[in-house]
Amino acid sequence: MDAVLRIFRGDAQGGQFQDYTVPLHEGMVVLDAIHHVQAHAASDLACRWNCKAGRCGSCSAEVDGKPKLMCMTRMDEFQPSEPITVAPLKAFPVIKDLVCDVSWNYEVNKRIPPFHPKPPEPDGTWRMQQEDIDRVQEFRKCIECFLCQDVCHVLRDHEKKDSFAGPRFFVRVASLEMHPLDVASRTAYLEEQGGIGLCNITKCCTEVCPESIRITDNAIIPLKERVVDDFYDPVRLAWRWLTRRDRAP
Amino acid sequence: MMVVSGELRRPRFGATERRDAWWVAPLLQGLVLASLIAYANWAAFQGTNYHVGGYLSPLYSPLITVDWLPVPPSFIILLPPVLFRATCYYYRKAYYRSYFLDPPACAVAEIRGTSYRGETAFPFVLQNLHRYLFFITFLYLPFLWSDVVHATNFGGSFGIGVGTLIILLNTSALTLYSFSCHSARHLIGGNLDCFSCSAFNRARHAAWSRASVLNERHMLFAWLSFFTVCGADLYVRLVASGAIVDPRLL
Repeated sequence: MDAVLRIFRGDAQGGQFQDYTVPLHEGMVVLDAIHHVQAHAASDLACRWNCKAGRCGSCSAEVDGKPKLMCMTRMDEFQPSEPITVAPLKAFPVIKDLVCDVSWNYEVNKRIPPFHPKPPEPDGTWRMQQEDIDRVQEFRKCIECFLCQDVCHVLRDHEKKDSFAGPRFFVRVASLEMHPLDVASRTAYLEEQGGIGLCNITKCCTEVCPESIRITDNAIIPLKERVVDDFYDPVRLAWRWLTRRDRAP
Repeated sequence: MMVVSGELRRPRFGATERRDAWWVAPLLQGLVLASLIAYANWAAFQGTNYHVGGYLSPLYSPLITVDWLPVPPSFIILLPPVLFRATCYYYRKAYYRSYFLDPPACAVAEIRGTSYRGETAFPFVLQNLHRYLFFITFLYLPFLWSDVVHATNFGGSFGIGVGTLIILLNTSALTLYSFSCHSARHLIGGNLDCFSCSAFNRARHAAWSRASVLNERHMLFAWLSFFTVCGADLYVRLVASGAIVDPRLL
């Protein structure tokens, strides 16, 4: 049995979708089909991939309109009678075919206040308990596939790249902010540069995460609540004003 | 090989390459939510048939019996719970998708524009006060549980009717909805970085862990409690008006 892949071919100037017929075999994933097209029909088809095991986050694309890892999307999920659309991530500029320029993400990452540990204990070490670190271990599962960034409507439709860090980097901030050894505060970053107030928690980032990180419930909303603590809670603001205390550094 | 013309970024509202029925969930969600809101408003306006025997409609609890108020007491009673739900992190997702179409569904084009302000400007910036609405509505829970006790009082003797069970189900759903709240989870222990640093923090960690289990089902409790509130009101209303007879179970 064959399947038809409708693949975007083009670059930053524009392009079109082209259909390719691919023979199906058991256990086949979309990335296998893309490799078949490269080997038999279009050797110039550009596609970024690396591990083919859902660990590297390289082969992100939009398959039938949904942001997915091509290596983790089985061909038998789709009706063989319908063409399967494969397009690059729409929130980022296309370089060629299925490869897009995600370098903006790395620039955002550089602006996040880094890990700032408290002073070590007298023996020169730091100790953490498992119960303290459990929460942030979820965030360390992120493989930086940027599917959450792609599906986030603040970046995708409203194009707020100048004022919004996006779900991937809220996850990273959460991993630092909730770390038991870290003493820095990133609420000012989140409120100002990170633009967390632009997130209206519609949870698309959580829906597409291939690592099943509960991005909205466990990272974004807890961070929003910390921003409320420091910037919006009228009782806390009044208390800080009365006691002439600033926010945590 | 066949060439199909197409463009990658489509500015048209609703444009998507998704083939599933992405519009069903926001449409159903919007219709059901609108129906529940409409019923609650209608019931709050009635001012009658909300109390019969030991049964009190949750829309009128705690019971206010003064008659000098310019609006029906139910409106004053309902204002904090309504605002609590309006600022609830789950309902925000629901109504931003269903009513504001912002976005209508994941990876479906919405009305584009750079004027988007999210929750940084009035009125949506007020969502940040959700925790205070949690505090206020939390005070309702003892009254609602006392309504459950009153619902077992049949002319001075203990009993259980279908209405008792409905009121118990509603109060349980509202309690679970309150304790699964994201703001409550933050205040209980989510705002700590070190859970093991003191005995008090360890106790808060235990509470936070339980709140986290409930929080995973916050959407379920949000819907369930809205249905049970309206359902309990309807049941009390039907019994009070004589339309049905409350079957006594015990």
